[in-house]
Amino acid sequence: MRFMMMVKHPEISGPPPKALMDAIDKITQDAINNKTLVVAGGLMPLAQSNAVKISGGKLSVIDGPFSEAKEVVGGFAIFDLKSKEEALEGAKQFMELHRQHWPGWEGTTEVRQMFGPDEFPPR
Amino acid sequence: MVVMTTDIHRAIDAVWRMESPKVIASLARIVRDVSLAEDLAQDALVAAMESWPESGIPDNPGAWLTATAKHRAMDTFRRNKLLERKHAELGRDMDARQEAAVADLENALDDDVGDDLLRLVFVACHPVLTPEARVALTLRLLGGLTTDEIARAFLVPELTIAQRIVRAKRTLAEKHVPFEVPRAADLPARMTSVLEVIYLIFNEGYSATAGDDLLRPSLCEDALRLGRILAELAPKEAEVHGLVALMEIQASRSKARVGPGGEAILLLEQDRARWDRLLISRGLAALERAQKIDNLRGAYALQAAIAACHARATTAAETDWKRVAMLYRTLVELVPSAVVELNRAVAVGMAFGPAAGMEIVETLASEPSLKNYHLLPSVRGDLLAKLGRNEEARAEFERAAALTRNTREQELLLKRAGDCARAAAGSGQ
Repeated sequence: MRFMMMVKHPEISGPPPKALMDAIDKITQDAINNKTLVVAGGLMPLAQSNAVKISGGKLSVIDGPFSEAKEVVGGFAIFDLKSKEEALEGAKQFMELHRQHWPGWEGTTEVRQMFGPDEFPPR
Repeated sequence: MVVMTTDIHRAIDAVWRMESPKVIASLARIVRDVSLAEDLAQDALVAAMESWPESGIPDNPGAWLTATAKHRAMDTFRRNKLLERKHAELGRDMDARQEAAVADLENALDDDVGDDLLRLVFVACHPVLTPEARVALTLRLLGGLTTDEIARAFLVPELTIAQRIVRAKRTLAEKHVPFEVPRAADLPARMTSVLEVIYLIFNEGYSATAGDDLLRPSLCEDALRLGRILAELAPKEAEVHGLVALMEIQASRSKARVGPGGEAILLLEQDRARWDRLLISRGLAALERAQKIDNLRGAYALQAAIAACHARATTAAETDWKRVAMLYRTLVELVPSAVVELNRAVAVGMAFGPAAGMEIVETLASEPSLKNYHLLPSVRGDLLAKLGRNEEARAEFERAAALTRNTREQELLLKRAGDCARAAAGSGQ
């Protein structure tokens, strides 16, 4: 089963402490080694990003920063796991690292299962 | 400099403060000598003092002063045959535009004054000079302050400052410091030096108490002005905006920091209605510029972000302590100082409870740099009191009181020690 995890937090938090980055690198490497990680990445700030929007029947390209979003997606990862429980456990471990190495940081990791062949009945 | 008393002279004084850096900078590019440039600018000021009372202040006083000074430069060169020497020196210079400028002073290209000012900033803050020399030279050439004004601001004799400036100019000449903006590779280190000088000037003014000479708070204004100019000249440098943000927000608290008796009031106890909201909004705007460029990767930007957390809280109780703790965690990595870690302990204590703060303070117990720092036992005492360990808290407050020489602070600390003693007796500790 595939799960996408998206880390959301107030945009201006500053760069994470090295200890946190090292710890995240380690669990990422573990996930690569046991073949559960499909892909992961950090996302560049809104100021360097764009959006393509349809509104009122019109399509437009917007330069960042856009929207008054109080939280932004800072990074994401897609895992191939056996169950939702595994996914939640992994997300908890990930967030626990933040609590340990970056006290005061606040954010949310969304754990979203992806639609796969199992979710669509055969025709 | 003659003391200005009449209206027109006051106006000329104000014009000088604003325009002299640009005049000196433009001249320095042409004559390649900061000392000579300043002399020529002073000559132009004398000429202004002679003719403006009658003719009125010109529409573009800066241009008038620069043009006058350039003519003086021509006269000086002709008289001293310096032109020959300069031609020879500059013949070795690969920059053809500089040669053209000297060869044709009358029609010298009106280069971007901003570039010249930036060059002047970097020269005045050159690392070959001592920090005091950089501060004095910066205030003189870029702040337009007189030697006397600088001396009074730093509470040293005027002669000391005069000598400092003379020696500084001599060093710049002896070391052949070029009048240019540093190369890209050197820029970060050199910019750090400039920001250091500006923040030194600011702190000199900020830590002055009401009892001191009234000129000292104006140092904050000078530093802010220099910082804001630098932000215009170097808009892509995140830490420039970070420093400006920090200074704006700290300056916003000046009126609230001093009590009726001249005593210092702690941040968390200040009357926030007395914080200058205009300065705060300027500071937050500068912080946003810094963030957009470099995501709070610089020390000044981080400190400004911390100051912003306090600035945004309308009461001390509304402070986002978790965010403050988070920012301190990032800052301590950049600036691994025990004092920063102690400040983080305070924030963590406020965000997560005194036990969490105490964990961090314990790691600092044997820190050599904090051995005689009264705030360490003071923080420890505060956390112990919050944990109900009143007898231990009393001992810490007494230790803190013994370490500080500030009588007002001693009183406060001994009062807290007394409160803890009473609480300890009350609960039979």
